[in-house]
Amino acid sequence: MTVTELLSYDAALAAFDPVMGLEVHVELGTRTKMFCGCSTELGAEPNSQTCPTCLGLPGSLPVVNAIGVESAIKIGLALNCEIAEWCRFARKNYFYPDMPKNFQTSQYDEPIAFNGYLDVQLEDGEIFRVEIERAHMEEDTGKSTHIGGATGRIHGASHSLLDYNRAGIPLIEIVTKPIEGAGERAPEVAKAYVAELRELIRALGVSEARMDKGQMRCDVNLSLRPNGTKTFGTRSETKNVNSLRSVERAARFEIQRHAAVLTSGGTIIQETRHFHEDDGSTTSGRIKDNAEDYRYFPEPDLVPVAPAREWVEELRKGLPELPRVRRNRLREEWGVSELDMQSILNAGAVDSIVATIEAGADSASARKWWMGELARNANEQGVALEELAITPSDVARVSALVSAGDLNDKLARQVIEGVLAGEGTPDEVVEKRGLKVVSDDGALGTAVDEAIAGNAGIADKIRGGKVAAVGALVGAVMKATRGQADAAKVKDLILEKLGVSEG
Amino acid sequence: MTDNIIIKLTAAEIAGKIAAGELTAVEVTEAHLARIEAVDEKVHAFLHVDREGALAQARAVDEKRARGEKLGPLAGVPLALKDIFTTVGMPTTVGSKILEGWIPPYDATLVKNLKAADVVILGKTNMDEFAMGSSTENSAYGPTGNPWDLTRIPGGSGGGSSAALAAYEAPLAIGTDTGGSIRQPAAVTGTVGVKPTYGGVSRFGMVAFSSSLDQGGPCARTVLDAALLHEAIAGHDPLDSTSIDAPVPPVVEAARNGSVAGMRVGVVKQFRGEGYQAGVVQRFDESVELLKSLGAEIVELDCPTFDLALSAYYLIAPSECSSNLARFDAMRYGLRVGDDGTRSAEDVTALTREAGFGDEVKRRIILGTYALSSGYYDAYYGSAQKVRTLITREFEKAFEEVDVIVSPTTPTTAFPIGERADDPMAMYLADLCTIPTNLAGNAAMSLPCGLAPEDGLPVGLQIIAPAMKDDRLYKVGAAVEAAFVEKWGHPLLEEAPSL
Repeated sequence: MTVTELLSYDAALAAFDPVMGLEVHVELGTRTKMFCGCSTELGAEPNSQTCPTCLGLPGSLPVVNAIGVESAIKIGLALNCEIAEWCRFARKNYFYPDMPKNFQTSQYDEPIAFNGYLDVQLEDGEIFRVEIERAHMEEDTGKSTHIGGATGRIHGASHSLLDYNRAGIPLIEIVTKPIEGAGERAPEVAKAYVAELRELIRALGVSEARMDKGQMRCDVNLSLRPNGTKTFGTRSETKNVNSLRSVERAARFEIQRHAAVLTSGGTIIQETRHFHEDDGSTTSGRIKDNAEDYRYFPEPDLVPVAPAREWVEELRKGLPELPRVRRNRLREEWGVSELDMQSILNAGAVDSIVATIEAGADSASARKWWMGELARNANEQGVALEELAITPSDVARVSALVSAGDLNDKLARQVIEGVLAGEGTPDEVVEKRGLKVVSDDGALGTAVDEAIAGNAGIADKIRGGKVAAVGALVGAVMKATRGQADAAKVKDLILEKLGVSEG
Repeated sequence: MTDNIIIKLTAAEIAGKIAAGELTAVEVTEAHLARIEAVDEKVHAFLHVDREGALAQARAVDEKRARGEKLGPLAGVPLALKDIFTTVGMPTTVGSKILEGWIPPYDATLVKNLKAADVVILGKTNMDEFAMGSSTENSAYGPTGNPWDLTRIPGGSGGGSSAALAAYEAPLAIGTDTGGSIRQPAAVTGTVGVKPTYGGVSRFGMVAFSSSLDQGGPCARTVLDAALLHEAIAGHDPLDSTSIDAPVPPVVEAARNGSVAGMRVGVVKQFRGEGYQAGVVQRFDESVELLKSLGAEIVELDCPTFDLALSAYYLIAPSECSSNLARFDAMRYGLRVGDDGTRSAEDVTALTREAGFGDEVKRRIILGTYALSSGYYDAYYGSAQKVRTLITREFEKAFEEVDVIVSPTTPTTAFPIGERADDPMAMYLADLCTIPTNLAGNAAMSLPCGLAPEDGLPVGLQIIAPAMKDDRLYKVGAAVEAAFVEKWGHPLLEEAPSL
């Protein structure tokens, strides 16, 4: 890898003002592709989810996916955009083997949504408004796999494999206006924007927006201008930055790189850049000197999209609470810190916790189970929380059994383990595994007596004032009851029998 | 009944005789296959004859009848299909080397409709490559001869379909019309051809030349046959977004009730003058007189924007084609040249396109690519679209005054093969009268109106109707056809020399 000169971040910001533009592609979670009836399910055999239309066979024609349009409008509305009364698709003409028709059906100067904004909350709680230029509909390309090269890129490859399953999957491209005035916080704003957008897309239910699965991809465009000036500098376009952390790192790297080039008297070349996850650097891609000409023209095979105003208003009414607003409301209701809220968000546990509370649990125990035992489990299995074989009402039931004193934490974990293993509801697991706390004083009394009798030496020590030694006797009782006793109660009983108070 | 009688029957007559048990579908198909075998070496209307498939379809019709099932109005009638529609099990070349040997995995909607109507598809007909041309000389597989004079062109791009009809190789054929490719071949071969309203017949499975102009339609020897075929192939198709979601106009009813009495018929000033052959103008003027004598009122129309139609067309059609043909890149289907394991994908694409596309196709791809380029878009494609809007408005205004418009279909009769091959501008003029209709998206028909006195070759009369009023073409066409046949004593085609 070529070593890139960087200026320190502080020095870069002392001299320059960063301007960013973020382009985010979201794969919609529609059941079928944007212009044909093929399935969008990921992970199928290569080229098994194709038809004449998404393969671009001669004679084939596209038909617009109505759910795709609806999703685009929902996104536009949630981003406070105006929704076009009439707009068309356009052909973006360029050659690439993974694009079956050698043009991408997209939108050009008539996007479905335009002129909006998204307020994002930074880590210290400050709100930063990101202006939205447009959101438009388009189709994804197929996927090329280059074989034989060292880097997986086309250069040096001996041949390439093409999978058209992805060709035609609906995409929404969301483009910001130039983001100015973020200063040193530009990388943080970039990350917060993408994070907020991801939450928004999920809340709308239009996509899972999993960046790790390529369902959401971000391009970071960045330029610097000397502090106090207005004219934008030349930008670089860092493509396919595919995690929140990478978005922040890419912006930061490019600020430092641009600054180093500019302060040494060089000029920034308008080009695309590849981002490298391993060291957070970017390297040169292809030059974009504005000579690129996509020869856009209105797609003659499709009719214009003219969403009725009543429909748009109906969709607006159905919009969910914005993630930022909801998050702040829940944080206050639950009484947790920003930091804790952030980890709940990162774990994808918000909805499960809310549902568990709705099913009757208190918020502390709902959070405790989802962020503890269950998060660990999901992590081990490599699945999302909501994919676990346990429902929020199961968790609420476990929590109720604990507060009633029927289960202690250790037993509750076993109940959860049983539910996850498919042994039934929490009550069924308690029943089958015989996991109730032993609260029968008679049975417990016998166990305590036996423990005292069997550990006479320790009992004497306790009688002699070494109360701390009681732990050994408690342990013996718990062992005898196979953990089903309430440890605090056992301790009290032993001390009572030995005539010692805890002083 | 002898083969020679069978092949001269109309589609309506054939269907009637099959339904009545006077003929079997297999007999009819065999008669036409025999005719193809006898004359197509000379005519070269067909690129592919599907003998086995056609006979199997015919047998199925006969079995259906034997079981007592009701037969449709075209059941068992043979048809010649322009090689631009995708067909499972039959090659689809679009007259181009670049698709040589490609067998599509799906049937076009129009083909499905034909099969559903029990029409027997004999094979695929020759055409100008990608439907670009007016003479069928641009086919990569050699020219087609005009049955009236085999040294002359049969029109284009659908010259194979019109020649098949004129040579009695099939009573029905399918064409596609982007700038006149159904009507001009019909005119120069003395047959009937209809370009339905844009969106009237599904384009799904019709290989695209210029998406906003292309329209499939019926070709036949009589107006009624064209109407029967029109009804069989038309209708809304959910797979074609530009397909009209409305009932098919009552074309068969109109064809059975031909009349022009009380109709206002427009004659456009712009459709005559320099470049029009004297005999063509003479036959057209006689047709106008005939219409008058049948009770029509003739209205003179001035449509100055029609003079811009050809220029607008030669920007819009190439622009769309430059994008539509981009998919022929040797990656997935069709021809692949130079893939020796050392060359890049880009080189293989370039070599394949160099070898696989003919000159006219290359000319239009280059023209269209240029017209869409940034910096030129507004001046060329953008202006052309504005002209298109003006032409559409001028038609709308005209149709406030008249019910239909008539004109010569094409300025000249069939010209000799080779005469205009090196002069694209002269070739483009053949579509002078047909192009405005494609730009506006309305419906038009060409039917025979006599032979030009100077060369004894057929002249076509064009009838133009507003969008979705396709039935008017048939109402007027049937009246004119009946009057001419009465005047001549027989259908015009009977004057064609025997092959």
